[in-house]
Formats: sequence, C-alpha cells, structure tokens
Amino acid sequence: MPDLGKYAEAVLSAYAVSIVLLVAIVVLTVWRGRKVRAEMEAVERRSGRNG
Amino acid sequence: MSLWEYANPVKFLRLSERVQPWLWWGSGVCLVVGLIWGFFFTPDDFRQGSTVKIIYLHVPSALMAINAWFMMLVASLIWIVRRHHVSALAARAAAPVGIVMTLIALFTGAIWGQPMWGTWWAWDPRLTSFLILFLFYLGYVALWEAIEDPDTAADLTSILCLVGTVFAVLSRYAVLFWNQGLHQGASLSLDKEENVADVFYFPLLVCIAGFVLLFLALVLYRTGTEIRVRRTRALMARETRGAGLRAEEA
Repeated sequence: MPDLGKYAEAVLSAYAVSIVLLVAIVVLTVWRGRKVRAEMEAVERRSGRNG
Repeated sequence: MSLWEYANPVKFLRLSERVQPWLWWGSGVCLVVGLIWGFFFTPDDFRQGSTVKIIYLHVPSALMAINAWFMMLVASLIWIVRRHHVSALAARAAAPVGIVMTLIALFTGAIWGQPMWGTWWAWDPRLTSFLILFLFYLGYVALWEAIEDPDTAADLTSILCLVGTVFAVLSRYAVLFWNQGLHQGASLSLDKEENVADVFYFPLLVCIAGFVLLFLALVLYRTGTEIRVRRTRALMARETRGAGLRAEEA
C-alpha cells in the first residue's frame, strides 16, 4: 500500500465510491439483461405452443 | 455491406454478441492494469500530493460522461432522420451509463477539490455545466420512463438530447473560453506541452481505454436488453390480440 499521507481519506474514498458505482452499473445491467432474456424466451415458448 | 444493415435488430444482436466478450475482457484488463499502475506505481505530485491518483478515475469518467452524451446525440439524430429503432434504443441504453460516469466525475471532483481548492463545490463554469448535464441525463431517463408509446418517447427524448448537447459542449470547452473558474485546463491535449507528465499520462491512457471499452460493452449489452424488451412486448400484444379473437369466435 503506498503512503498516501494526509490525503489518504480523500484518495481512498474517491476509489471506493467509483468502484462501487462501476460494479453497481455492471451488476444491474447483467441482472436486468438476464431477467429480460428469460422473460422473452418464456413468451416465445408460449407463443410457439399457441401457434 | 452497409452500416445500415445493423439497424436490423437480429443482425445488430448477432454482431453485438460477437464483439462483447472482447469488450468486457478488454475493459477489465485495462481498468485493473491502469488503476493498479496509477494507484501503486506512480509518484505523488509535487503540489497535489497523493490526490493526483484521483486523476485515473476523474478524467476518464468525465470524458465518458460527455462522450456518452455525444453518442446519444448521434443515435438520436439517426432516429430523427432515418427512424431506425435500434438507434433510439441504443441512446436509451447509454443514458444510465452516462449518469454513472457523471456521478463518478462529480464525486471524485468534489473529493479532489476539497483538499486542493478548500471547497467541495464552486459555481465554476465547468462544474456548473457538468451538474446541468447530470440533470439532463436524469430528465432524459425520466422522459423515457414517463411516456408509454416508444416512438413518441424516442421523438421527445431525441429533442431533449439535442438541447442537452449545449451543456455537454459547455462541459467540455468551458475551461477554454471561460477563465474565471477554479477548474484547471485539460489534462490531455494534442499539444504535448499541455499534457500531464508522462509518469501520470501513460497509466491515465490505459484507464481511459478501460472506461471507453466498459462503456461500449455496457451500451451494447443494454441495447440488446432493450431490443428484447421490445420483442417481448410485441409478442405479448400479439398473444392478447389472439386471445381476444378466439374469445369473439367462441
């Protein structure tokens, strides 16, 4: 760990906030994408059965 | 082969799914390498101390916040002129990513500004235009959510995007023509004299590449999701119509 001196709090909080936001957008994007894909496949199966 | 072929959702999805793994992996590698390089292996700045390490997050996110809006502008113009649904959906898909980039830039800017300027916030031209851009992003997403008819929503959000572009341009160039602000000039420039020192410049370039690739991966993935939402709605509407017809026949 580098010595961040008196600015350690500022630097670490900038990294923490940014990484949390980046991870959040990736997780939410993939989670919604999978949910929508599953819904679409279910509707397609149902439509296929009903002709 | 023409670029407009990819206005076909099936072709778009096929191409998008082929390139996405490269984008996800590329962004992961660039972000990990760039941030570790910048955080652990670059020296402190003689004036700013260790806060200079915030540059590896602040500059790429601010750059992407503005460029995401420009990407939305291009997609909106394609929608207005050629009525390709994929372009309207791509603009919609980019907005939440732009919000996150703007938030990161605003947060890291405030955290950086406090020890350097003695204040978290100043009504400086660049900061203010950036805050307004953030509000435009929120308004853009809210407008998409508020309007039920997707074509009307795409029309109105495209107009909003054109108006918001003024603030995206201001955010980018305010420091050049508005001298009374606290914010310093550009950290990156084609003029090498204006650039940050090489020791900060190269890891910064790697981080910027990581943010660009992550943005592209997220937008392609989210556009695919929006296309599937649209298809699901169309299938469900057809089902409902079919059920109505069967009920009438019975």
